[in-house]
Amino acid sequence: MLTMRFFRMIEGRGLVFLGIIALVALLVPFCNLYLAPGNPFHVSNGTVVLLGKYLCYAMFAVALDLVWGYCGILSLGHGAFFALGGYAMGMYLMRQIGTRGVYAHPVLPDFMVFLNYKELPLTWWGFQHFPYAMLMVVLVPGLLAFVFGWLAFRSRVTGVYLSIMTQALTYALWLSFFRNDMGFGGNNGLTDFKDILGHNVQAQGTRAGLFIITCIALALTFIIARMIVASTYGKVLVAIRDGESRTRFLGYRVEHHKLLVWVVSAMMAGVAGALYVPQVGIINPSEFHPANSIEAVVWVALGGRGTLVGAALGAVVVNWLKTVFTTGWLAPYWLFALGGLFVLVTLAMPKGLIGVWEDIRARLANRKAIADAKASGGGSPVARSPDPQVPR
Amino acid sequence: MSAVTQSILYLDGVSVSFDGFKALRSLSLTLQPGEMRAIIGPNGAGKTTMMDVITGKTKADEGDVLFDKGSIDLSRFDEAAIAELGIGRKFQKPTVFESHSVADNVLLALKGDRSPFSALFGARNRIATETIDRYLGIVHLLDHRARLAGALSHGQKQWLEIAMLLAQDPKLLLIDEPVAGMTDAETDVTAELLKDIARDHSVVVVEHDMGFVRALGCRVTCLHEGSVLAEGSIDAVAGNERVIEVYLGR
Repeated sequence: MLTMRFFRMIEGRGLVFLGIIALVALLVPFCNLYLAPGNPFHVSNGTVVLLGKYLCYAMFAVALDLVWGYCGILSLGHGAFFALGGYAMGMYLMRQIGTRGVYAHPVLPDFMVFLNYKELPLTWWGFQHFPYAMLMVVLVPGLLAFVFGWLAFRSRVTGVYLSIMTQALTYALWLSFFRNDMGFGGNNGLTDFKDILGHNVQAQGTRAGLFIITCIALALTFIIARMIVASTYGKVLVAIRDGESRTRFLGYRVEHHKLLVWVVSAMMAGVAGALYVPQVGIINPSEFHPANSIEAVVWVALGGRGTLVGAALGAVVVNWLKTVFTTGWLAPYWLFALGGLFVLVTLAMPKGLIGVWEDIRARLANRKAIADAKASGGGSPVARSPDPQVPR
Repeated sequence: MSAVTQSILYLDGVSVSFDGFKALRSLSLTLQPGEMRAIIGPNGAGKTTMMDVITGKTKADEGDVLFDKGSIDLSRFDEAAIAELGIGRKFQKPTVFESHSVADNVLLALKGDRSPFSALFGARNRIATETIDRYLGIVHLLDHRARLAGALSHGQKQWLEIAMLLAQDPKLLLIDEPVAGMTDAETDVTAELLKDIARDHSVVVVEHDMGFVRALGCRVTCLHEGSVLAEGSIDAVAGNERVIEVYLGR
């Protein structure tokens, strides 16, 4: 009974998605750890890190799709929440270095010794404790989203104005984190990590473990997002997206509904950022750059806005293309490819990859219905779907 | 004061101006509980602005807007709070949620707790299909319950919006141009529908279609340039010389 309800909530497409994640979570670490490097199915250490990075981006894209695809809040600054989660994790990792730093200071990270800090700033207190740091991973992005959202939604800032404000938010953070006296490593950010929970972050086993945890976190993020959109609350969100003032006249406090999904999404982005940092080994202010947030919007648009699975798919596809285009002879053309991709999606496939897939399925179903009607000798063929897809 | 304490809706001396343009000039109107009232008037007479003032979309510059026997001053509340108090509104353009099914449109409108948590985990997820179907039955849309609201015809959207209005179970219904763009047959059905609803609700209907207003058979108020020009039975108002003047533009 409960399982049936779960399956119905996740939907067929979601089950396929969760199945693929489970398969990836098992196969990739297995092929990395237990197959010899000569084996054609061997997955190199570099590839594990790369795939782990894609999955973090996929998580981030699901979080963004939740607010943009379902509630119509186009955030052009969601990268801020991702980066804040990343910094919280980075601060934990910095505190684990201890005396192994270049200056071998027992408490202060290298950059603080270099900048003549005498003692640990208040903001860094407690970050040597893993549970505290993990709490901050969700709390800091959540709190920032709460304050920002409370002010913006209450004042009924919507549409492009809200997008510009989110952009300004991440831009302001970008500039602040560059400053050395912010106490977060300035331009260089946080890097040279050694241990996570006593395991060497560079070790093959740790990386495989982080990869599996990322898969689990992505699956959980997706399930929570599905639970939200499948509930009546999800229907209210879509109602707000399609007719905000109408929803208000029905008696819904639009600002409260928006605020809840906004904060949940920011927390998800924070977790994605926190998993990203130990795998790539660095966090610096460039993660706050507005371009990152805009790129994430392109992932969601390419995969299919308002589908969750599409968002994750878009993140993986675009980042894989980015990897292909930024290495080797194609390197100078990446920005052209990204721009071209965005134009292509907007003009040719407004519903993204998932939309294209559904069009194909609908057309095949139509063709089959027509063939069946002919085979049974019936009169005029009738399309089975009530609103047949018009070929674009 | 007895006019106030017996009224469901009481507007007195309400004025609204937008950048110097006076949309409402000292408008006064009283509606008794259980009454149906038709509001007519040429374009720009202030009909929609009046609805906006009652539902909290626009604030009155001056004047009283009182609800429920004068006990509630509507100017102190916003749209969501006024809807909660029991005033439902149907818009001029049918505004249903097009990407939701017909049944879900009614589900969202149903009276009850409107907090995010109720919608996420609580009562709003356990609403019986029969409750929704009861309202769809009233507006003859039961066979269309699973269709997307965006796929309905114009007239059906108007009816769906009336079903949503009823599902809110308001004390007062404000209905803006319910038969705009409807066929004659649809118009007749709608008139019957509204008369049914008026039996146990207070209703304000804004409409241009004189035939329809006549079919409603209720008191009529004619607005012109933001204030009341004439009030009375349809025959009295339609025969009023100033009303004829305004409508014929002499």
